This record gives sequence, structure tokens and C-alpha cells, in this order.
Amino acid sequence: MDGEAYKKVKISVQHLKKNYGPLEVIRDVSVDVLEGEVVCIIGPSGSGKSTFLRCLNQLEERTSGTIWINGQNITSHTVNINMVRREIGMVFQHFNLFNNMNVLRNLMLAPVDLKIATKDDARQTALRMLERVGLSDKADAYPDQLSGGQKQRVAIARALCMKPQIMLFDEPTSALDPEMVGEVLQVMRELAADGMTMVVVTHEMRFAHEVADRVLFMDDGQFLEEGDPETIFGNPQNPRLQDFLKKVL
Amino acid sequence: MGKILSVYGPLLLTAMGQTLLLALYGLFFACIIGMIVGIMSVLKNRACRIFALIFVNLIRGVPMIVLAYFIYFGIPYFWNTVLQIGGLTLSALQAGTICLALNCGAYMAEIIRAGIEAVDVGQMEAARSLGLPYWRSMHRVVLPQAIRTMIPSIINQFIITLKDTSILSVIGFPELVNTAKNVVSKTFMSFQTWAIVAFMYLVVILILQQAAKLIERRLKRGRRSL
Repeated sequence: MDGEAYKKVKISVQHLKKNYGPLEVIRDVSVDVLEGEVVCIIGPSGSGKSTFLRCLNQLEERTSGTIWINGQNITSHTVNINMVRREIGMVFQHFNLFNNMNVLRNLMLAPVDLKIATKDDARQTALRMLERVGLSDKADAYPDQLSGGQKQRVAIARALCMKPQIMLFDEPTSALDPEMVGEVLQVMRELAADGMTMVVVTHEMRFAHEVADRVLFMDDGQFLEEGDPETIFGNPQNPRLQDFLKKVL
Repeated sequence: MGKILSVYGPLLLTAMGQTLLLALYGLFFACIIGMIVGIMSVLKNRACRIFALIFVNLIRGVPMIVLAYFIYFGIPYFWNTVLQIGGLTLSALQAGTICLALNCGAYMAEIIRAGIEAVDVGQMEAARSLGLPYWRSMHRVVLPQAIRTMIPSIINQFIITLKDTSILSVIGFPELVNTAKNVVSKTFMSFQTWAIVAFMYLVVILILQQAAKLIERRLKRGRRSL
């Protein structure tokens, strides 16, 4: 393999399988994600998209297969998963902001607690990230005082405070009221434009079409088709993908 | 009634003090036991969970009076006479403290388990996804939220434990009920004596309940989020 090209692979998944008891949720999936690439995963509910994403930072333990992040095998027993997770930001469908802390402390908790930054530095970073997501005025607010869209933007800012190299998004707009979807997608769009490596599980086909470098279609625990958005949405080959697109578009 | 109050009042007050002392000791250790066993019951480790399950069910399935006899008489007998090791004597206060700590600890463990489980798993996942280790996440994110929901139940359990100290009169600890029995046997004024004793318990528990309300209101005002 070409050394230059190898360096640029941020995520490499090989023969990933995940079973819940007898149920095969992910069946032998392999995929690479390159640096700066935005990969969107689409597919019907229950197809294994979220499980796949959650395997990437080991919130879900895989059954078998190998996952490489930045060239490091994170499925090995010797790896400290907490160190790996620092590099991988994750945004959840239900935001999961820490309810017992205000916005600023949500953002500062991990950097300060893990001694990555001093309190002052962490505060400055936090305020900068809040500005980036357009919520500078909400630093002292508690999660329950925010709208869904604001919560999700705070969640993105919180992940960014760890200065991750990769961002995972698990249906980030699915729990939002329609009028708030735009503001979150806008933040993600800017993040993509800044060159962040992103893996996004989404039902927002327009977002996938517009922002993704590559779209993966997952059904029944497998990637049945992948390609650039033009091909996936313009000229789908797999009948299941054609069927899926007919329903959602 | 005046006679009892004037002659035995100081004695009953001292006994109330002993009751509170016993309850305090018991609760202190119950909190430790409850915290440890409660957290064990939510861990991934199967051995921990099974231990917690057995402990809680064993203690909850045995009446406290039996537990008290067992600890005060049974264990020293087993140790000294059956095992022939000898030298173990438990004072009524020690046995009573152990008994309360185990009994209340089991219920506390259940309260703490339920409190932790009531916190959305997403909170733990979000903390872990940022790279925080399990115990840091527990300490900084999950437990602070769990404790807020647990406080009313914990105070309720405190009150129950305070009342349960009366059961320990059977092992001769000079707490309020035991002392009252002695007063009755000397004076034969059982109506007056037990009325005074009931009133004393009532006052202490009402004070506790008011304190509980105050704390609850404070927590609600502090954060509306839960």
C-alpha cells in the first residue's frame, strides 16, 4: 500500500460483526474513511446504522472484526479506549447534555477533568466553540432552558472542545422540531467545510446529497451500496436502495 | 403524668439520646453499605451484581428482630462455643449498630440502585464518548443527578430506621422503648408513659420531616432540570 495514502485513512473498519445474542445486527462490514471526508450513512430504521457508528468509538462492543482509528487498532485489548475516545467526538440523537451543569461547565468538564487544559484555557476554548455554534449568550444557561436545536449545537460544541480529529453524528436532527433542523445542519456544514472528518448517520437526504463526499446505504446490517451522492441519489442500482429512496424522497 | 415527667423525665430524655445515637451510628454505616452495594448492583461485573442481589434479598427477607437476636446472641455463640475461638463479646450498642447498618443498608442500596438507573443512560454514554473513564463519569455526571432524585427516599428511610431502633430494645440496649418498659414496671402507669414516649418519637420525626421538606425545596429551587 502507498505510504502517503495509508496515512490519510482516518477510520478503517475490517470485517466488523455485531450480534445481540442470536440477532446479527452488523454482518461483516468493511469500510475506510479518509481524512477530511464526510461520509453519510443512510438506510431504514433498525438496519444497524447507529450500532455501526457506536462501534467506531466502542460505545458498542463489537463481536468480531477490527477497527483502526488513525492507524491504531482500537479493538486490541491493550488499547486504552478512553485515550482513543478523546480523538473522536460524538453527537447523539437526544443531545445528552449533562443536566446537572450549565452550558459552560458541560463544555469544560472533560478537558479540565482529564487535565488536557487548565481551567482558563478550557473556558476560553469553550467560549470560542460556543461562538462558533452561535450560542455565546447561553454559556450560563442550563440544558432545560434551551431549545432542541440549541441543545444539539451545544452538544456539538462540547465535542469540539476536545479538539477531536473525527466527529460521529448519530441522527443529530431526528429528535428536533422541523424548524430547528436547519440551524444544526448549518453548523455541521461549516464543520465539514473546515475539513473535519465526519461520519453522519442521518435521515436528512438533502444534507447527505449536498455535504457528503460519499454516501453509504445500509440495510440489514450490511452496506449494500456506496458511492458519491450524485450516483446514490441520481442513479441507485440496488433495488432495496431504490425502494428506500422512493419512500423517503 | 406530672410525676412521671418530673421523676423519670431526665431518664427518658437520656434514653432518647441513646436512641438517636444508635440511629446515627447505624445510619452512618448504612450509608456506606448502601452506597457500595447500590453501586455494585449497577456494575457490569456479574459477581458484583449477584453479591448485591443476594445481600439485599437476604436482609430484606429476614425480620429485623431475628437479625438482632442472630447478631447479638447467635454470632458470639458460634464464634466462642462452636468454633471455640473465644473472646468475642458484642455490646448491645455494637450489635444494634451492625443490625441497623445491615438492615437499613440493604434498603439504601435499593434506593441508590434505583436512583442511578433512573438517570438516562445517554448521560453516561456522553461522558464516556468524551474520554472520561467510567468512575469519573459516574462521579461527575451520573451520581450528582441520581442523588437528587434519591434524597426524599433516603430521608424516608432515615425515619424508618429511627423507628426501627425500638426493635433493638429486645437485646437490652437502653434506648427509649426499653427504658420506658422499666419505667412502666416501676410505676404501673403504662398509659402515661407510653403516651410520653410516643410523643417524643413524634417530635423528633416531625423535625426530621420538616428538614426533609426544606432540603427538597432547596433542590427544586436549585435546578429545575430533573
